[in-house]
Amino acid sequence: MNEPNSPVREDELHAFVDGELPADRREAVTAWLAENPEQAALVAAWQAQAESIRARYGAVADEPVPARFDLDALMRDGGGTRGRWRTVAAAAVIAAFMVGGGAGWMARGATAAAPSSSGSITADALEAHQLYVVEVRHPVEVPGNERDHMTAWLSKRLGYAQHIPDLQKLGLKLVGGRLLPGPTGAAAMYMYEGASGERFTLYCAKTTTPESALHFREGAGDRFAAVTWVSDKAAYVVSGPSERDRLEQVSKAIYDQIDSDGWKKS
Amino acid sequence: MVKGGGVATFRQSVEATIPALRRYARALTRDADLADDLVQDTLVRALRSEHLFHGGDVRSWLYTILTNLNRNRLRSLARRPSLSPIEDNDAPDLAGPEAGGRDIERALATLVDEQRDALLLVVLEGLTYREVAEVQGVPIGTVMSRLARARVQIKSYLDGERPALRRVK
Repeated sequence: MNEPNSPVREDELHAFVDGELPADRREAVTAWLAENPEQAALVAAWQAQAESIRARYGAVADEPVPARFDLDALMRDGGGTRGRWRTVAAAAVIAAFMVGGGAGWMARGATAAAPSSSGSITADALEAHQLYVVEVRHPVEVPGNERDHMTAWLSKRLGYAQHIPDLQKLGLKLVGGRLLPGPTGAAAMYMYEGASGERFTLYCAKTTTPESALHFREGAGDRFAAVTWVSDKAAYVVSGPSERDRLEQVSKAIYDQIDSDGWKKS
Repeated sequence: MVKGGGVATFRQSVEATIPALRRYARALTRDADLADDLVQDTLVRALRSEHLFHGGDVRSWLYTILTNLNRNRLRSLARRPSLSPIEDNDAPDLAGPEAGGRDIERALATLVDEQRDALLLVVLEGLTYREVAEVQGVPIGTVMSRLARARVQIKSYLDGERPALRRVK
């Protein structure tokens, strides 16, 4: 691209520092730097930065690898040594990956389930769940028998169509819903109640987090647990009593309805 | 499940990259625990999505996953109020033998995420510009301008810090 004797550009100085210059240009740049002390000082400063970075962190790679990174163990319990994050249903995982997928590198699909970010939404949802399920008189703002009104209202406030799942088949009646502050604007929470008074909530919020599979998470004091997933820029968190089988059953029903209703913003 | 030769190779490549991933994560987060959590998430993600890996360089792929996971982490941090202490500016601890390390650590902390990612991938991890472009999903020119901005920022941070340092001594 460059003749050996053409003027030196700044990006070549970076390439020089990073060993990305072809040999003939390297010589030319070295010679040029000898006559341009100001630029030479700059290059020296960049080299010193790189040295400091390597001096500071380089040794980490020489540390013995901690046992927690044993790949067989990680495969077995999915990084469960941290204890909170587990994949719920293999089928759902695959479905979620396919939604996020596409041709090419697939790194997006691979990085989809970021525990930290969906973890933050899960924490918000669990907090709301804990706060409102104990309410006897005012658990919701709009009662479940005003489903149409609630759908219209919350669709408007959240900015995308809400289709409130029907869980009658699981013996859960819609108590109602409310508007909450979410991570990136408004969030909605729908509450369901079973015959023995057990309550489940579905929390919906927009998110910038990429698609993710279903994740199971125990909540505070293990009394509550949540299942979270992200689909089409919306995060869904189903929270309920910490009985894993029942929570998975409810989450699966909601997941399927959202999926088949095409409950997605375009 | 019978593991074929391809599987073993993939696993071996992942395993061989762990020390480098830990180094990169440590520099990205400047926090040993966070860094190892990030590496663990990266490994779990990679192993679980092995079927999505269609050849290419396993190492770059792992760097990509880790970089993205870290980005997600920062994004979610940005959403909630943080209780981490405000940076301590009158720090006499800056004067010790650790001072140089602390300086660069603080300088790195002032960088825009994409710039820090690019700089660390190049100078610490030894990736080529082309590999970094792949990891970041941007053209090489963008990688180079991120590098350039990172270096300007670090230099001005360090230049600004040094007089204060001398005064402490």
